[in-house]
Amino acid sequence: MKTPFIHNKNRYQQLYKALFGSTINTVLTIISLYFLYLTIPPIINWTIIEANWLGSNASDCTNDGACWVYISVWWQQLLFGQYPSEQIWRLVLCSGLFIVLLIALIFHKHLCTPLQKRLLLISTLFYPVIAFALMYGGFLGLPIVETRFWGGLFLTLVIAVVGIVTSFPLGLLLALGRQSTLKIIRLFCIGFIELWRGVPLITVLFMASVMFPLFMPQGVNVDSLLRVLVGVSLFAAAYMAEIIRGGLQAIPKGQYEAAKATGLSYWQSMFIIILPQAITLVIPGIVSAFISLIKETTLVYIIGMFDFLGIVQFTASNSEWIRYTKEGYIFVGLIFWVICYSLSRYSRTLEKKPSH
Amino acid sequence: MKSLLGILNNTRVRSIGYQIITFALVILFFGFIINNASSNLIEQGIASGFGFLNSTTGFDIASSLIHYDSSSTYLQLFKAALLNTLIVSFISIIFATIIGFFVGIIRLSKHPIASRIATTYVETLRNIPLLLQVFFWYFAVLQPLPSPRASINFFDFIFLNNRGLHLPSPELSGQIGLFLLLLAGAALLILYWYRQAKKYRISKGHNHKKTWWYWRLMPLLCVIITIYSTTNIEISWSLPALAGFNFEGGGVITPEFFALFIALSTYTGAYIAENVRSGIQSIDKGQIEAARAIGLSPFNIMRFIIIPNAMRVIIPPLTNQYLTLTKNSSLAAAIAYPDIVLVFAGTALNQTGQAVEILFMVMMVYLFISLVIALLMNIYNKRFLLVER
Repeated sequence: MKTPFIHNKNRYQQLYKALFGSTINTVLTIISLYFLYLTIPPIINWTIIEANWLGSNASDCTNDGACWVYISVWWQQLLFGQYPSEQIWRLVLCSGLFIVLLIALIFHKHLCTPLQKRLLLISTLFYPVIAFALMYGGFLGLPIVETRFWGGLFLTLVIAVVGIVTSFPLGLLLALGRQSTLKIIRLFCIGFIELWRGVPLITVLFMASVMFPLFMPQGVNVDSLLRVLVGVSLFAAAYMAEIIRGGLQAIPKGQYEAAKATGLSYWQSMFIIILPQAITLVIPGIVSAFISLIKETTLVYIIGMFDFLGIVQFTASNSEWIRYTKEGYIFVGLIFWVICYSLSRYSRTLEKKPSH
Repeated sequence: MKSLLGILNNTRVRSIGYQIITFALVILFFGFIINNASSNLIEQGIASGFGFLNSTTGFDIASSLIHYDSSSTYLQLFKAALLNTLIVSFISIIFATIIGFFVGIIRLSKHPIASRIATTYVETLRNIPLLLQVFFWYFAVLQPLPSPRASINFFDFIFLNNRGLHLPSPELSGQIGLFLLLLAGAALLILYWYRQAKKYRISKGHNHKKTWWYWRLMPLLCVIITIYSTTNIEISWSLPALAGFNFEGGGVITPEFFALFIALSTYTGAYIAENVRSGIQSIDKGQIEAARAIGLSPFNIMRFIIIPNAMRVIIPPLTNQYLTLTKNSSLAAAIAYPDIVLVFAGTALNQTGQAVEILFMVMMVYLFISLVIALLMNIYNKRFLLVER
């Protein structure tokens, strides 16, 4: 498209026109500059200039600004909860392995030979087992760390990752069931999906913590973290099912018919023809479901678990630190923001370039 | 033997078989949990059923729009809590929509600073958990406010402190019935006049100019009726005043309500802004150019071309945002705003132990609200649907 008039002007003239070109623009400029004047200097002042950076307890915070001592005191709790400090290397090892695996998975197209790909697949499948063994312990002389000591960012990520991973196969089955021609199965799937999508996660968590024990045979006690994980997985599965259904519906009908015409059975046609295409389409949707799940796991605090945000609330019960929860919220918010924002950027790049 | 295999390979027989198996498994599963639940309940000595709704609660809640005290029944508690959920959702939905449209349009503007501020707003709020934002407003902003004795004073009749925002509340007396009647009459007249004017404009292609008295008289009449109707009632303001350790008189917006409201509306507003932006961006450029070519003013382009076209794209995701907001209002439980989750699924459940019934009721409430919002938005959506010839 040609826009000759703008090309004739230099950048400063363009900028001037955008800022003061019309009455509305001038008013907008004045209002937004005034807004920036009101917000930016106090924020910089509070977070940097007036802030307290050094010290080991709350009384070291003498300036008016932020008390970043809070973070240097509480960082271990914020990241790992009540996990015993001498065992934290296990969690660090877990997350190290996770990052290596993730990088390998993202770049596997460029890096790997077929044999390495197979190895990658095997290690991906075994990673959850290894990770759980490392976290929980109880083998090779590693002491057992019960799940009630799990907390902080670590717990948040465990719930979110387990939720999204287990919800995938469940959601897949539900999505296929909802598309199925078998009436009863379709009805059950629709009922399940709409029920879970219609209620807030918090009621699901209440169910997991209050009703779940009622549903178990007498004398069976299920670990509270496991109950939460079951609730979160079922909840996420309903959303996942709708995302995958979107992908299934986007596949042209000809593909279904062609698969049938070549004589493939239902499951063969699904796994060989339809799903590989549908899943590629919905990866951005799955990433945004993961983002929502990460944010929503903070709700476990309400049923008494100390996740990343819960630890900040926990520090507020300490009278010495009660004044500095703001710093905690900002730190936790910043970490959440970095995780969620980078994930959403990643999903946007996936959306832009069609991968096949 | 061969015929049996043949039957088993028949697609129809197989599909019925699968369905029977699924059905049986689901029934078995429910039988299993219901059996466990009933034996567990007998063990704990809890009578199942909804009889508990008629017994008195014995506890009070922080704020309620209808009459409720500790001698009320659980049914009244349910109603009061439900009303609290509805009111915070309703007000937040209105403000979230305003914020969303405002920020979405600003974000699309060519103004370099304003659009960047809007982008920062959207990207910041969307990527931080809502619960954290609720906590931030409640614990980091509203609770550190001064105590009632040291309230921040606006003009001696508005007071802000850590117990809430105290406002004068109007107390109406006089002929309220007549007032409402006249007001309704005026509203009907305005509606009628507007319809007539529109009909005239559509049939003649221009606004009515000559018989000015008709087109001026109608709105004048409406204004006169409205003003007259207000003279029939007296408004006395109940002012908040410090009495002992807290304020008495006037109305109060509690910090719990305010924190929840502001977090919900700003957070959802950021999402709605994105919907609005993509809705406006989806409009074909040719439409706007065509509108400009036939000489519509910028305002009229917005009014007749952009908004109706964009609404068609915006409404479905907007409906989803409203549903999400209503569900998110359950975060009230974290800051002690007495909504249905906190006082009913929380306190009442702990008091009575009727976990199954109470959670069933709460889930049904949310499902019902979702249904109603979806229905209303579908009706509204029909008005914007493309009418193809």
